[in-house]
Amino acid sequence: MLSYLLKRLLMMIPLLFGITIITFVVIHLAPGEPVEMQVAMNPKVSAQARQRMREFYGLDKPLHVQYVTWVARMAKLDFGRSFAPDNRPVTDKIKERIPVTLSLNIIALILEFGLAIPIGILAAVHRDTLLDKGITIFVFLGFAVPTFWLALLLMYLFGVKLSWLPISGLHSLGSEGFSPFRWLWDMAKHLILPISVAAFGSLAGLSRYMRSNMLDVIRQDYIITARAKGLSERTVIYRHALRNALLPVITLLGFSLPGLIGGSVIFETIFAIPGMGQLFYMGVMARDYPLVMGILVIGAFLTLVGNLLADISYALADPRIRHGQR
Amino acid sequence: MKMRWGLSLLSLLFLFSLVACDSGGKTIRPVARKPGKPAYGDAIVVGTGGEPSNLIPILASDVPSHDIAGLVFNGLVRYDKNLKLEGELAESWDVAPDGLTITFHLRKGVKWHDGHEFTSRDVMYTYRITIDPKTPTAYADAFKQVKTAEAPDPFTFRVSYAKPFAPALESWGMSILPAHLLEGKDITKSELSRHPVGTGPYRFKEWIAGQKIILESNPAYYEGRPYIGRYIYRIIPDNSTMYMELKAGTLDMMGLSPVQYSRQTNTPEFTARFNKYRYPAFVYTYLGYNLRHPLFADKRVRQAISSAINKDEIIHGVLLGMGQVAHGPYKPGTWAYNSHIRDFDYNPALAQRLLAEAGWKETNSDGILVKDGKPFQFTIITNQGNDQRLKTAQIIQRRLKNVGIDVKIRVIEWASLLAHFIDKGNFEALIMGWTIGQDPDIFDVWHSGKTGPKELNFIGFKNIEVDRLLEEGRSTFDMEKRKRCYYRIQDILAEEQPYTFLYVPDALPVVSARFRGIEPAPAGITHNFIRWYVPKEEQLH
Repeated sequence: MLSYLLKRLLMMIPLLFGITIITFVVIHLAPGEPVEMQVAMNPKVSAQARQRMREFYGLDKPLHVQYVTWVARMAKLDFGRSFAPDNRPVTDKIKERIPVTLSLNIIALILEFGLAIPIGILAAVHRDTLLDKGITIFVFLGFAVPTFWLALLLMYLFGVKLSWLPISGLHSLGSEGFSPFRWLWDMAKHLILPISVAAFGSLAGLSRYMRSNMLDVIRQDYIITARAKGLSERTVIYRHALRNALLPVITLLGFSLPGLIGGSVIFETIFAIPGMGQLFYMGVMARDYPLVMGILVIGAFLTLVGNLLADISYALADPRIRHGQR
Repeated sequence: MKMRWGLSLLSLLFLFSLVACDSGGKTIRPVARKPGKPAYGDAIVVGTGGEPSNLIPILASDVPSHDIAGLVFNGLVRYDKNLKLEGELAESWDVAPDGLTITFHLRKGVKWHDGHEFTSRDVMYTYRITIDPKTPTAYADAFKQVKTAEAPDPFTFRVSYAKPFAPALESWGMSILPAHLLEGKDITKSELSRHPVGTGPYRFKEWIAGQKIILESNPAYYEGRPYIGRYIYRIIPDNSTMYMELKAGTLDMMGLSPVQYSRQTNTPEFTARFNKYRYPAFVYTYLGYNLRHPLFADKRVRQAISSAINKDEIIHGVLLGMGQVAHGPYKPGTWAYNSHIRDFDYNPALAQRLLAEAGWKETNSDGILVKDGKPFQFTIITNQGNDQRLKTAQIIQRRLKNVGIDVKIRVIEWASLLAHFIDKGNFEALIMGWTIGQDPDIFDVWHSGKTGPKELNFIGFKNIEVDRLLEEGRSTFDMEKRKRCYYRIQDILAEEQPYTFLYVPDALPVVSARFRGIEPAPAGITHNFIRWYVPKEEQLH
């Protein structure tokens, strides 16, 4: 187990290196430069002013020099300063947004898994009944409905017509003066719509996956054995079948890890949530190289960690794998 | 200067670039509530699509940053509600008879928000840091024309130029920065970019990243304390969401889209709660031809295309009528605008005649005109994400088909449009827009010396007379002389048709009806923002 872990960790070093190269190349291949995006079509900007700005950002140096400077800095965990006019450290910009995105995504993820797993089990156990079909329609509806459209309808209903929920943002006006409890309640109210819309949209994938896993497992011999032993249906499903059907889901959970820091642009734009998705999108649009590369590298790194964790927990959960490794 | 009034091309909907119209009289007079008594207090919540980037104005070129900077900072001069320059931090100024030296007499007793006194040292610092090669600013060029700058005493500031430069005065509308907080420090790393200190009517209070910026009224403001206590700038990227926030009463002011203005905001319930305003914005949209391309070398061809396009139809279809026909590069009703331009109105018969004269005669089986065996075909490019421009292109495509011209449309992402098409002169025709500055100097867009790569005369327009007039127009402070230059330029452009000038869209701001004291004027509605008020009994916040 330990040597396996070590091997995996060592493997990550060349991978990370490759990631930095690809990241750097991809963003520099995109047409347009940060300076261009800021001053293009502005009659007040002369060629000298552009040149000055290019020098300020170090864009006048050859590409390989720019790459080495960037990687050397990153080795010290310094992602550099943003090329946006604010010139702030990339780390600050990311730090500012990560709590929002992370907490939103974690809540949505818990909700998603918490709902999709029971729904999947229910559908599998009551296979081909009206309940199964109803669930299928429901989850696919969530999958098929465009998020922005549903979001707008719900905003209109609950925000404008009924005035039950705030429409967008994270806090009400004047929430700075609220008591901690009221402040939290205010924020919770702001989060109801975005989180419900997000979870509704992602139920389909996971619940269908859970359903088919469960169906596979139920057909296994040991389930027949368990039933033959005279165990109650409840014990058969939840003790014997579920444990095995859950295994692949753990892998999925591992894959969701990098997704936790990435937000959806459409979603954040509609609900005016200052998250990572918007930050990244704006960064790409403005060709803010350090910011985009920073986010990509962090995302790639988390994907690696997520895979590693998934593999480890898989080994822990499944004795077949655990013993096979020895 | 221009930046303080909103410069970005994509700024149609942003509030501070909105400017009213004194011609046409199309402004809908809102139903008046009882004016009530002016009272201090309450807050205005203003919606914005983008987040400001940097609150030190010389370092930012986006509209949201300058919206905030416009309230926090002052310049030496500003445009009044009739778009005439007036003193702001400068009480008055003298231009020497030779037009080379401008002396500003600064206002005494103005205090920075931290209590420090404003003096000529601040003006000097702002000038020096702007022209400093280490400052990454987009606004150095106007100040670089300055030959010498001096501050003989704390309340006098004098600049002299090598040659008379008319846009110079306007350039001193640049926000003046506090020398006592910035001198000797690296401005690009200054905390003032997130926490500005100015002399303006509002003081910076708080910036919650990605959500809102809060400003508080400055009780010591030299023009008097603003009535509205707080200015809250809420960042809501999606226009539909912003509109719903408005309807829910959690937003007080935003720019409407033409559909929202004409179809969704006419219920009695809405008009009782909000006042809508409408006046031409300081922008125009055009169809530009690459004059280096042989297809457009003949001016009769360009005149024919202009005659084949029905501009009214575009305004009706794309803007739902919320705009007016553009005949030249100036906004109708401004002093430089020549109302007697002989433009090419919609006239397909004339278009066909002109095309025939230019040698485009027989048609092929598709009904497309042919000359020397080649069909008349070209591509209009425009940038992605601007639906109005795409729709305009489609309407033009249909109209040109009628006279036998085959048009293709290509929508390209902004960055690659610039890098691969415009900068390389690799296009046939394009639909784009320009912001119309308050000063009529359009040297950069039309002078033949500005046709190089990354310069703005990318269509390659060269006309000796226009060059001369542009140079003459910017080198005199005599309004009548300048007017004659710009009138003549408009006549030439109308004859040459290097662009088909399409339309000037309307700005469509909406403000909650509890705000009183709003006076629409040529400069828009926000020129007297500090005199807006909410009667005590209607205050919400």
